[in-house]
Amino acid sequence: MVLAGPVEPRENRKTADGHRKADRAAGGGRRALALRLALMAVPLAFFAVFFAYPVAAIVTRGLRVGGQWRFGRITEVVTDQATLDVLWFTCWQAVASTALTLAVALPGAYVFARFDFPGKGLLRAVVTVPFVLPTVVAGSAFLALLGRGGLLDELWGVRLDTSVWAILLAHVFFNYAVVVRTVGGLWAQLDPRQEEAARVLGASRLSAWRRVTLPALAPAVAAAALMVFLFTFTSFGVIQILGGPRYATLEVAIYRETAQLLDLPTAAVLTLVQFAAVAAVLGLHAWTVRRRESALRLVDPGRTARRPNGPAQWALLWGVLAVVALLIVTPLAVLVERSLNGPDGYGFTYYEALRSAADSGGTFFVAPMEAIGNSLRYAAVATVFALAVGGLAAAALTRKAGRLVRGFDALLMLPLGTSAVTVGFGFLIALDEPPLDLRASWFLVPLAQALVGVPFVVRTMLPVLRAVDHRLREAAAVLGASPWRVWREVDLPLVGRAVAVAAGFAFAVSLGEFGATVFIARPDQPTLPVAIARFLGRAGQLTYGQAMALSTILMLVCAGSLLALERIRTDRSGEF
Amino acid sequence: MNSQLRRAISAALFGSLALGALVGCGEDSKSGADSKTVTLVTHDSFAASKAVLKEFTKETGYKVRVQAGGDAGAAVNQAILSKGHPQGDVFFGVDNTLLSRSLDNDLFTPYTAKGLDKVPAALQLDRAEHRVTPVDFGDICVNYDREYFADKKLAPPRTLEDLTKPAYKNLLVTENAATSSPGLGFLLATAAKYGDDGWKGYWKKLRANGVEVVDGWEQAYYDRFSGSAGGGKGDRPLVVSYASSPPAEVADAKTKPAKAPTGVATGTCFRQVEFAGLLNGAGNAKGGKALLDFLLSKRFQEDVPLNMYVNPAREDAKLPELFTRYGVRIADSATLAPQKIAKNREPWVKTWSSLVL
Repeated sequence: MVLAGPVEPRENRKTADGHRKADRAAGGGRRALALRLALMAVPLAFFAVFFAYPVAAIVTRGLRVGGQWRFGRITEVVTDQATLDVLWFTCWQAVASTALTLAVALPGAYVFARFDFPGKGLLRAVVTVPFVLPTVVAGSAFLALLGRGGLLDELWGVRLDTSVWAILLAHVFFNYAVVVRTVGGLWAQLDPRQEEAARVLGASRLSAWRRVTLPALAPAVAAAALMVFLFTFTSFGVIQILGGPRYATLEVAIYRETAQLLDLPTAAVLTLVQFAAVAAVLGLHAWTVRRRESALRLVDPGRTARRPNGPAQWALLWGVLAVVALLIVTPLAVLVERSLNGPDGYGFTYYEALRSAADSGGTFFVAPMEAIGNSLRYAAVATVFALAVGGLAAAALTRKAGRLVRGFDALLMLPLGTSAVTVGFGFLIALDEPPLDLRASWFLVPLAQALVGVPFVVRTMLPVLRAVDHRLREAAAVLGASPWRVWREVDLPLVGRAVAVAAGFAFAVSLGEFGATVFIARPDQPTLPVAIARFLGRAGQLTYGQAMALSTILMLVCAGSLLALERIRTDRSGEF
Repeated sequence: MNSQLRRAISAALFGSLALGALVGCGEDSKSGADSKTVTLVTHDSFAASKAVLKEFTKETGYKVRVQAGGDAGAAVNQAILSKGHPQGDVFFGVDNTLLSRSLDNDLFTPYTAKGLDKVPAALQLDRAEHRVTPVDFGDICVNYDREYFADKKLAPPRTLEDLTKPAYKNLLVTENAATSSPGLGFLLATAAKYGDDGWKGYWKKLRANGVEVVDGWEQAYYDRFSGSAGGGKGDRPLVVSYASSPPAEVADAKTKPAKAPTGVATGTCFRQVEFAGLLNGAGNAKGGKALLDFLLSKRFQEDVPLNMYVNPAREDAKLPELFTRYGVRIADSATLAPQKIAKNREPWVKTWSSLVL
């Protein structure tokens, strides 16, 4: 008690101080919560109306017969050997595809991030092209490389078209860009001086990389792996074309049950199984990655890339270029070759035929310019949607998150794990009454495309947003900036590049989206993939050639758009 | 606080704006569904000349809006799902393999279209009630690569029986009956010929003779078939396709050859008939009836072959020269009653998958 005298005031001061802090924290917490809820409102509403509601409607339709839930059906389907076979194949091929894609594409991500070489921007656009090509077209080009009479067959007698290897390699072909863009995007912004510093302090090259760069990259690598996994887990066209009828993923099974057999109960159960699997993966991802995302020093990517130095770096560069040439450029070149190889030798016959066919005018034919216009318009609207929804969601998710928010994070990824036919049919039966009678509206197309684009936006922006040093924000806030201004002055310039990458993805996904589009696109406004599918659906040299010509045009449009996006990004980087 | 509030409000505003725009669009499309527009729901391979559709508008005052969704199977299933609250007024594109499913689901309102008396009775599969109107028909047949058989001095196969002979070992590629309509049609052709159980034995022989199965028509025809002028790298000179594929092969050639590069094995065919019907609950039933009449009019019927590569249902519709010169009239195509197909389709496809895949 005696001793308490002099101590008391200090303690009082301390508690008072503590109270003030707690007050501020509580107020800040409430405000942060309000802000986050506000940010989440739009994405939540978007997902509730355009994803959860339609999907729930179609699943309910399958599981509820005559007002009675038929949960028994779930056990029946899940324990069916056929379902288990499909599930097993779906899982292991996705794991193998993801591993192979990472192994092949990570060196590519490094090369694109750290090296400067002529034509880099063009090449980065080119590797993204497979992403937008209709699988029928790309698959057939891929067969020309791996199949009978293909390049490998002629050179070494190697044929892969009936093996699982064809599926795996095609998955690498389609998803290479996911890794290069997601991981490379962050890698290019990591300050190489940190690694250099570690080396100066005596770390070996490997251990410097392992201790400095790898932890910084881990979230982006995980995000890329997750996306590749989701894509290959729900693979549809590739399996159908290269795997033949023996292999089926859950996605293929859902499509067959829904679109062909109209067995909605089975389709509903399979959809739930796919949901469960995807949710498990997302959970695993959240568990492994969450803690490693930390503030990083981000720098202007323009300053981190330099010309390769020394034989090892040159060898790496050439190795990556060789892989890209063989695996990605060659199949694309096959398409271009086919589009030019007309009945009277090489020339532009098919391209001219596209133009004249449009003039002669059945509803079947569509002028290529018109299809390009439709595609670009839809994709632009979808990109705006995806950026707005995904951007708000990413902003809401940036700060430390509770369980609720993490659930929200996972929710945003679910569309990638949901089959297009489920969403398409769901739209049909759910959005069919005023005020949301959208079945005949052109808006449905970009909406459906944005659903697939949002996860890309979130996944691309989130690692970068989380990597922004929070002290920068605090400093700005202390200097009196409003949260909006902090976001604009601190976050936005730093994530400008991520926004461009995300926009590129959303745009590419929308350009190439076929599954949902074909269900809801108005036939008088077909997109390029839909027009290509129409040409491919009928016999004849000219129609086939026109399909190839349109595919080439789709490639060019995609590559051109992505180059333009890159250009915007480069201009912006001056703001650093 | 202020700025956060502003932000929250602007976010909410954005959301309501977006929704408002959507609702607005929904209303737009609603106003399109007035009595002057008639909506045709169909699959994505529907095609017609713009000029012909304009003529319909001129004659009747109705504008046709085409609403397509997926392949034929998916389109029918979509129509069934939106039953009672249909996407449009008339549905076109349900074929005899799916007919029972749509009739059992009460998709259509009976209507006897003008010109039906000109359609052969064999195509009128709903003669008692007229819920659907036959619009066109085609045949799913094995096609062959003329050049291959000429080079080998081998007669091309003509019948299903021929395909199991050693001379044609490892030559045929067909489509997955579970996922492709020509694949299913070919399975049904064998079921019609060899009976409910006999077809299994036939497929065992076919399998022993090296038949190859791919998932879809595009791969079979363009990637595997040696006779398609488009792909041209395949090594299988026999493919399950359509009787109209040979005319399609020469349709756009600048100088017309004496014969199409591919031929049809006439004893391997299954007949597919496509129907249209007035959708139950159609918003514009009057316009829908006019459209059904139009689909059976001579003008539209004669437009059908070159747009969709199938034959018109009307006997008196004139075929274009391309069809008479390069196509074949199949006299004895196999058929099965739609009810029988509906009953057996799933078990047959399951059995087929376990036998052949």
